Amino acid sequence: MEALSPTMEEGQVVKWLRSEGDGVSHGDVIAEIETDKATMELTARGDGVLRAILVPEGGTAPVGEVIALIGEPDEDISELQAAAVSAAAASRSGRGEGDETTAEGGVAAAVEGAAADDGAAAVNRAAGAKLADVATGSPAVSAAADEAIDGRVKASPVARRLAADSGVQLATVSGSGPAGRIVKRDVEAAIEAGPTAAPGRATPPMPAAPVLVPSGAEFEDIPLSQMRKTIARRLTQSIGPVPHFFLTIEVDMGRAMEARATINTMLEREGRKISLNDLIIRATAAALKRHPACNAHWLGDSIRRFNRVHIGVAVAVEDGLITPVIRDADLKGVAHIGAEIRELAGRAREKRLQPDEYTGATFSISNLGMFGIHEFTAVINPPEAGILAVGGVEQVPVVEAGEVVVRNRMKLTMSCDHRVIDGALGAAFLSTLKGMLEEPAAILV
Amino acid sequence: MAAITYRDALNQALAEEMERDENVFLLGEEVAEYDGAYKVSKGLLERFGDKRVKDTPISELGFAGLGIGAAMVGLRPVVEFMTFNFSFLALDQVINTASKMLSMSGGQIGIPMVFRGPSGAALQLGAQHSQACETWYLHAPGIKVVTPSTPADAKGLLKAAIRDNDPVAFMEGELLYNVKGEVPDDADFVIPLGVADLKREGGDVSIITHGPMVHVALQAAAHLAKDGIEADVLDLRSLRPLDVDAILATVAKTNRAIYLEEGWPYLGVGAQIVSIIMEEAFDDLDAPVLRVTQADVPLPYNKKLEIWAKPGAARAVEACKKVLYV
Repeated sequence: MEALSPTMEEGQVVKWLRSEGDGVSHGDVIAEIETDKATMELTARGDGVLRAILVPEGGTAPVGEVIALIGEPDEDISELQAAAVSAAAASRSGRGEGDETTAEGGVAAAVEGAAADDGAAAVNRAAGAKLADVATGSPAVSAAADEAIDGRVKASPVARRLAADSGVQLATVSGSGPAGRIVKRDVEAAIEAGPTAAPGRATPPMPAAPVLVPSGAEFEDIPLSQMRKTIARRLTQSIGPVPHFFLTIEVDMGRAMEARATINTMLEREGRKISLNDLIIRATAAALKRHPACNAHWLGDSIRRFNRVHIGVAVAVEDGLITPVIRDADLKGVAHIGAEIRELAGRAREKRLQPDEYTGATFSISNLGMFGIHEFTAVINPPEAGILAVGGVEQVPVVEAGEVVVRNRMKLTMSCDHRVIDGALGAAFLSTLKGMLEEPAAILV
Repeated sequence: MAAITYRDALNQALAEEMERDENVFLLGEEVAEYDGAYKVSKGLLERFGDKRVKDTPISELGFAGLGIGAAMVGLRPVVEFMTFNFSFLALDQVINTASKMLSMSGGQIGIPMVFRGPSGAALQLGAQHSQACETWYLHAPGIKVVTPSTPADAKGLLKAAIRDNDPVAFMEGELLYNVKGEVPDDADFVIPLGVADLKREGGDVSIITHGPMVHVALQAAAHLAKDGIEADVLDLRSLRPLDVDAILATVAKTNRAIYLEEGWPYLGVGAQIVSIIMEEAFDDLDAPVLRVTQADVPLPYNKKLEIWAKPGAARAVEACKKVLYV
């Protein structure tokens, strides 16, 4: 069982795509594995025949356990099988004791047939050899990385066009053409694995990378001062692991709604549109740039303040919640953000997100406005220091210049980790954000 | 509709056009008394008389020039070359006069004539009598080149060629004369020049070709279909003017193509087509466009070597599989 995500500890075999006796080649997808986050593909790491399946569909195995054997068609695998079974038993009983026959982290799921007198040693040797092959993310990445040695990915023109149109990164696609050329069917397979398809072009094509990527350090670590340490210790004692406090602010959304309408008129001829939430994300990112103290993680012995803004957007999925990340949200236009959210949310619901797509947020946003919630308090995703809970826009009577008028108002509630963000800091950030939403031109400044 | 031979289709076209316009006349070796070396002009002398159907001496340069002169004064000659291999003797007249006269005369002197006859190999005719001659006629601008592959195309295109006011090289196929096919009965059945014909539809790969090779392409497509691969077979029909839109459409559909031709690879027809596809359909390509051609040798006389040197269905299938990466 390979480590198919950084946090994976065990996987469940959803489906074997090959049967015992089938020929397999390096790079073939041979099984679907359910991890803690999503269903991932398991690829064969060698050529040969799938001689034995040791963990059936529905079965679970911890990372590192041998779940199948690939070998020569007529090779004697009885010793390997015995070794694998005993290793599995040993690992279950002696996990964490550095058992010789399993390696920590990722051992390839399939052991190459190797002529060996000692079955256990063969498993070990193969395990050692395969460690280098383990990908911490999608298994396809390591194979494709070879292709870009001189920085140039070999891909046919139509494959490039297809990849660009559908947001597939060529560097993550394995090429089946001559000399590893990526051809149309490889990109089509990558699209199928993570379908973005809305019928026709309802979701607009997404550019592969942000327009501008800043140079310089990603973050700086600030050592804790005595006051910080004290606040941390005392508040943890009082409220639990993450000392939350909550700030609510009411925002007049009139100008923001006008901006949305204007933008949508501009986008109409391209068949695209944005939502208020896309605007809120963009404004939040701009506000975080102004208040970097809120764009931070609590690391226990330091605070990491990020120079880039990656916003996790909470998406409800079937049995829970996941937060796909919009990277560099302060550098992307609203239309881009909108398209990216819709694409990621679609895949999130189908459990097809890659690990690097739901990790790495510097701040999160959760919006329950569409469910009629006026305001709520969200729980912070550690190690982030804050999360913004967005309520729905309500028409309310308001007194202005002595008259009662109807305005569109929305409540934002920010949950802050008191170890990182104090009340005044959080309030200043919210005040900036309110200013930007009440006059969207401020985002451009 | 009736099923007639390619030969009879040509005969009908000639007769109908000669009936329709008294300026149309036929000249060449053996076209009159002998009814034509391949019997294409059978019965025409009897029907139209010796002013309209003229036997010439064995001097291609001479009678080509004679035809050009006739065209310059307003007649519409159809000059038959017994095979286009023999026409090499006439190329000075064809290239230097027929194709250039309109331009050099500032548009005053048009040359409305047709040079027709078989081009390409038959069976064991030897290197000098087996050449596919398209490229010699295609290179110089000013002359149109047409290569029908079926009886219907032969009839419709020959009528169009005779009515065309520019010189047209009409290249038939010796091995096609006996091929039968449905031909519309319509008395005025004309196929415009410059329009290709999709002889077979499929979505996986495009086989683009012309002339007798169209039949080889269809054989190759049948083989591929057994492997679940469906090929488009595009018969260009006209090489000049060229139906570029049809070429681009099929490549856009399948993303991969081969060019199949009877001639040699160096500067062959396929080289031009590949260049067009590369320039105008680059982003539609999943693989380079491959060409299947005759081997780059004078065609052998030996039976087995000749078969080997000519491009057959097997080589076309192999090329298709290569561009499909299977």
